[in-house]
Amino acid sequence: MTEMSGADMVVQALVDLGVDTVFGYPGGAVLPIYDALFKHPTIQHILVRHEQAATHAAEGYARSTGKPGVVLVTSGPGATNAVTGITDALMDSIPMVVLTGQVPTTLIGTDAFQECDTVGITRHCTKHNYLVMDPARLGPIMHEAFYIATHGRPGPVVIDIPKNVQVATGKYIVPDMIEHKSYRPQVEPDSAAIAEAVAMIAASERPVFYTGGGVINAGPDASAALRQLVALTGAPITSTLMGLGAFPCDDDKWLGMLGMHGTYESNMAMNRADLIIAVGARFDDRVTGRLDAFAPEAKKIHIDIDRSSVNKIVPVDLAIVGDAGRALDAIIAGWQTAGHKPRDLGEWWRRIDGWRATRCLDFPEKKEDAAEIMPQRAVKALYDATHAMDPIITTEVGQHQMWAAQHFGFRGPNRWLTSGGLGTMGYGFPAAVGAQIAHPGRLVICIAGEASLQMNIQEMGTVSQYRLPVKIFILNNQWMGMVRQWQELTYESRYSNSYSDSLPDFVKLADAYGWTGLRIDNFGELEDGIQTMINTPGPVIVDCRVAQLANCFPMIPSGAAHTDMILQPSDVTGTMDDEAKALV
Amino acid sequence: MKIQTEAGERHVLAITVDNEAGVLAKITGLFTARGYNIESLTVADISSDHALSRITIVTNGPPPIIDQIIAQLDRLVPVHKVTDLTDAGAHVEREIALVKVAGTGDKRIEALRLADVFRAKVVDTTITSFIFEITGASEKIDRFVALMRECGLVEVGRTGVVAIARGAEAA
Repeated sequence: MTEMSGADMVVQALVDLGVDTVFGYPGGAVLPIYDALFKHPTIQHILVRHEQAATHAAEGYARSTGKPGVVLVTSGPGATNAVTGITDALMDSIPMVVLTGQVPTTLIGTDAFQECDTVGITRHCTKHNYLVMDPARLGPIMHEAFYIATHGRPGPVVIDIPKNVQVATGKYIVPDMIEHKSYRPQVEPDSAAIAEAVAMIAASERPVFYTGGGVINAGPDASAALRQLVALTGAPITSTLMGLGAFPCDDDKWLGMLGMHGTYESNMAMNRADLIIAVGARFDDRVTGRLDAFAPEAKKIHIDIDRSSVNKIVPVDLAIVGDAGRALDAIIAGWQTAGHKPRDLGEWWRRIDGWRATRCLDFPEKKEDAAEIMPQRAVKALYDATHAMDPIITTEVGQHQMWAAQHFGFRGPNRWLTSGGLGTMGYGFPAAVGAQIAHPGRLVICIAGEASLQMNIQEMGTVSQYRLPVKIFILNNQWMGMVRQWQELTYESRYSNSYSDSLPDFVKLADAYGWTGLRIDNFGELEDGIQTMINTPGPVIVDCRVAQLANCFPMIPSGAAHTDMILQPSDVTGTMDDEAKALV
Repeated sequence: MKIQTEAGERHVLAITVDNEAGVLAKITGLFTARGYNIESLTVADISSDHALSRITIVTNGPPPIIDQIIAQLDRLVPVHKVTDLTDAGAHVEREIALVKVAGTGDKRIEALRLADVFRAKVVDTTITSFIFEITGASEKIDRFVALMRECGLVEVGRTGVVAIARGAEAA
């Protein structure tokens, strides 16, 4: 075998691993890899404008395709700028491989130019990381990194490659990676546990499925299995923010999202259920509310690929460690073999219908042409105008994100890209870039807040460069709305630093980057404005001015029980005790 | 408002890991990042080909936290195996200490006499000092060190606990 440079090995490994797209930004310590890419015919490199955006774009690519996202950045600031996106991918279980340049091995530890301890900094925000000191290790490490990023609970892996290792030559070795020497995630569920789960579901009178991003990560077949199991059992289903789309929003078993900004019916159903079947969800504090009041009457089954998620927050009665799709398939098979029929859940559904009758997502509005637009209406109008086109929706973080989760319906997996665990403002726009790269013909819309969007707004240049038809729909209320909402609820409306002052003119900004810019000012302009956005080829930014002081309800305040939802603005008291103030 | 903490119990964990740079940092970092306690930690290469190390960690926490610690350790890529020796049943725990004592006259004689009682070995001596090597369970070493404070204790070095399950099988 002829020897090749470390940089050529990196590129060869990407080809062998089926990578078609790399998001990155060059710099001194990765120039050899960039040179190897320069002449490469099949790998498309997307030049972002900031390394954080490369990581979020890779996340958007990964979440919309199920394939790992790949990032290439330089040492020092390149690596540190990537840290937010790496952490985001860890929290939301997104498969990602990040290649970072490093100063030559001879300079490591000397505070060299653009040196930072990348493996040290990323040790706890990656699923695993490597510092490659020998080019002969590059082949095995590249293949192992992709294996680790995509197997078990997915996550980000960093490979830090010193510049002299990129230049030095060696043999490119492809390992036979049937299994890793120590990392062997349990994928097949235990059959005894499956049988017990089937019996528990069959015996339950008030079951609820509580599903999360793990179902999406388990692939489209897992979503299909979930639909089948819900149909077989006749049980209601709710989902976390990350799990939206695994189950169709127009099915009568669908209760909507649960948790802090979830629906009244889903939270009440969780509270009164006698059985909760958690699938690929991790009992996040945004979901459970006050723990000692969480689902007090329910036995709990927890299906998760990560054993450390089981009993972490909520003790469960039955743990099934394994892939969500395989566990669901096994439960379906067990259900059918046992000849179970759906129980008569009529009484349970009558109670649920009673909670549904509160119509908790309704909001007050004036439907006059000159009236201000309620943000919820803007999302609903966007949904009505686009859902037939099966769009991919990304969001930033804040009120607009919750309104999108509540009012935009999803019918399939991999169409809803949002930063759940880390709650990263600045995620949505670059994620839309990544999703659009992966799906050139699809309608990709970033529902944004005017504050979040500015955290990675430089990516307008990336969109222009690659002629991506990304649409940004800003719910512009001129506030960091969720911060302002919490200040209203907790700090007697002392709006400390939450006003979006000195906003750019987004229409002129669009013009400056060669985009189309639109502004929607009132109710009468909403539908036409959205149609114009859809019908305009190329990238469009829509500055949709919405009611400035609207708040996002329903809401379970921090530290409150599922039954203590604030349904209407009139329920707000405006202050909280220190125990509640100390919660996030 | 007061910040509350929960009472815990002591557990000895044996962790087999890849003998690679950064693995120890990954494990100790996990403990700090998630707020777990480390009472003692020992680590050494244990395989003929230098591929594996065994880490012994003594930790403290309520039972659900101990379960979490094990699950969190177990999912780290370089971790091969985690054993809770406290849960696994009878096990032997040992620690070595080197204890330097300086003095003359009665104190020196008393130090030597106590060392004999504790079966500590003298590994270095001058006219005015001893270094004792003592092996045993941590409480025994605690008691020896406490007595040496009365006899001119200068310095102590301890290894922390290593532990292994009793019987013929690996835990």
